[in-house]
Amino acid sequence: MKYLDEFRDPEVALRLIEEIKELATRRWVLMEVCGGQTHSIIRNGIDQLLPDAVEMVHGPGCPVCVTPLETIDKALAIAARDDVIFCSFGDMLRVPGSDEDLFQVKGGGGDIRVVYSPLDAVAIAKDNPDKEVVFFGIGFETTAPANAMAVYQASQDGLENFSMLVSHVLVPPAMCAILDSPHNRVQAFLAAGHVCSVMGYEEYYAICQKYKTPIVVTGFEPLDLLQGIKAAVIQLEDGKAEVHNAYQRAVRPEGNLPAREMIADVFAVTDRTWRGIGMIPVSGWKLSDRYRELDASVRFSVEGIQSKESELCHAGEVLQGTLKPDECPAFGKECTPRTPLGALMVSSEGACAAYFHSGRFARAVAL
Amino acid sequence: MTIDGWTCPIPLRNQPNVVMGHGGGGMLSAELIEHLFLPAFGGTRLADMADAALLDLPQGRVAFSTDSFVVRPLFFPGGNIGELAINGTVNDLAMRGAKPLYMSVGFILEEGLPLSDLGMIAESMAAAAKQADVEIVTGDTKVVDRGHGDGIYINTTGVGTVPAGIDIGPSRVTPGDVIIVSGTIGDHGIAIMSVREGLGFEADAVSDTAPLNAMVADLVEADLDVHALRDPTRGGLAATLNELAASSGTGIVIDQDAVPVRRVVAAACEILGLDPMYVANEGKLVAFVPEEHAEEALSVIRSETYGGEAAIIGKVVGEHPGMVVATTPLGTTRVVDMQVGEQLPRIC
Repeated sequence: MKYLDEFRDPEVALRLIEEIKELATRRWVLMEVCGGQTHSIIRNGIDQLLPDAVEMVHGPGCPVCVTPLETIDKALAIAARDDVIFCSFGDMLRVPGSDEDLFQVKGGGGDIRVVYSPLDAVAIAKDNPDKEVVFFGIGFETTAPANAMAVYQASQDGLENFSMLVSHVLVPPAMCAILDSPHNRVQAFLAAGHVCSVMGYEEYYAICQKYKTPIVVTGFEPLDLLQGIKAAVIQLEDGKAEVHNAYQRAVRPEGNLPAREMIADVFAVTDRTWRGIGMIPVSGWKLSDRYRELDASVRFSVEGIQSKESELCHAGEVLQGTLKPDECPAFGKECTPRTPLGALMVSSEGACAAYFHSGRFARAVAL
Repeated sequence: MTIDGWTCPIPLRNQPNVVMGHGGGGMLSAELIEHLFLPAFGGTRLADMADAALLDLPQGRVAFSTDSFVVRPLFFPGGNIGELAINGTVNDLAMRGAKPLYMSVGFILEEGLPLSDLGMIAESMAAAAKQADVEIVTGDTKVVDRGHGDGIYINTTGVGTVPAGIDIGPSRVTPGDVIIVSGTIGDHGIAIMSVREGLGFEADAVSDTAPLNAMVADLVEADLDVHALRDPTRGGLAATLNELAASSGTGIVIDQDAVPVRRVVAAACEILGLDPMYVANEGKLVAFVPEEHAEEALSVIRSETYGGEAAIIGKVVGEHPGMVVATTPLGTTRVVDMQVGEQLPRIC
């Protein structure tokens, strides 16, 4: 497949591994920010190939994992209403709330539909004028343009039965929060390539400078990841801390300007609680005042829900890179993809699920 | 066949749609059978209209299997629910080495289903049965209120006989067995997803629905001591391999790159964040064959109408019992687990 096969070439990958082995003279700790990168590292077994000197810790960039429990509980309450068609991306359906998940609400009679695009939810609203159609607008900067477009479109069309439950999160404040933590071990970041394709990477210069931490904009295929790792190791070995774009085929310094304009119109920056991590100042987007009437949490009275997280789940430490998924006492025991205690065990981008599905056991015999 | 190509043999009291009376056992029911099902399905046993069909079975053990079909949409690229319902049960019988002989069909119709759709589906079933050389010998129709069904649900049950000396089943999977898949995986699931409501993507994916009994008959005839056969339907290849690893207490190692996947399916999976290993098939089998017979089995399968793209994808090992492991192009390994439920498209 064009644009994919050439970035999966095993020979080039193994050559890059050798180069990384030669470059790394001491132990370095790198964090890949995005859950898609974690998924690809585990799926392709890149962690098995890297030298011991390069340790990858998995970042907080899994959108379903960090969506706050309170928001999930609000979604469950809205989705259970008889007058609502609740639309969501697929992997939100199995994320545990305090008591149940969206699948269970669906089983109990809730009209819950999986859509691939928020614009599909707008179309469903047009087709069902006697129902309230709510879209669960979550994710990082990556999903924000399409979500913003859906809000804009619904507003332009005067659709009164469409609203969005918004809980967007932003990558750069989370990176700063990780670096500010007294337990931080991260020495360099592989920045999330698709977030940067929307937002660009200009805001990373200040972070780089303040924390003296290299930031390498990195893609998702094996060669992308290895090139990102190599670029980060080179900087660390040279004692440098710069912003480097190792994903040039998708990312421009300024990002996608029309998308950013749309986002700036529809969303406004807000403080946001991250599931497992806690409140991070100015780390999220909510609907801007102009679109307040399309805010589902305003339209439906869902305040005052009591949320309760599992006491066994250590997802917060995993998200901050201080605990590996399989070091959690509940991993593979109380907590499995069948019975997830935390969101990290649900999405294939969640570090715990990625470990469980793909990297659970030591190497098996080769063919 | 398209819906446009089908014409009702006679107007059923000028009813364009299924009404409750079609399941009531009265004249409307009789008309539906006489003018729609009988002309489509034919056969003397069915035409007897007795309460039960009497079957003549050759010597040998009887294989017996049932399956229900609830696919949506009813018509999709490459087929419709009717063909699926026949091929599905034919294939389940064939996976034990049986020659499928007779089938029952049970319809649960939703009030309001266009009779032209039902006629089209029945004709497809008849064509599929003819191709698989099975006879539809008995059936049943019920109608449920509008809103209580998805247009049509179909149950099929089939019987066949297993020739003497043939023992094909999951318990015979043994370390050393070579694993063959009869063609590209994921075609059916992606074809369905491409036309399902709310999933706005375009892909030229076509369902692979097909009868596999001729392929199995030729494998049996070639005397290749096939240990096990499975058709990897729901849950895809990954579920099938995991089930067999678990039930036989063996480990399975597959070469990820050897698994045939059509480009359009691979591309759709990339976009949706799915893994083709977990996507459904309706016209593929997985064969577990002793190593010394593997190449011959592969060439038999490849010579079949539905086996041209067959490939050896891995082998059964004594290590890591119950676990399926894939080797990647980078020479690394990953565990191929069962999915909890449906595969869920990723957010981004």
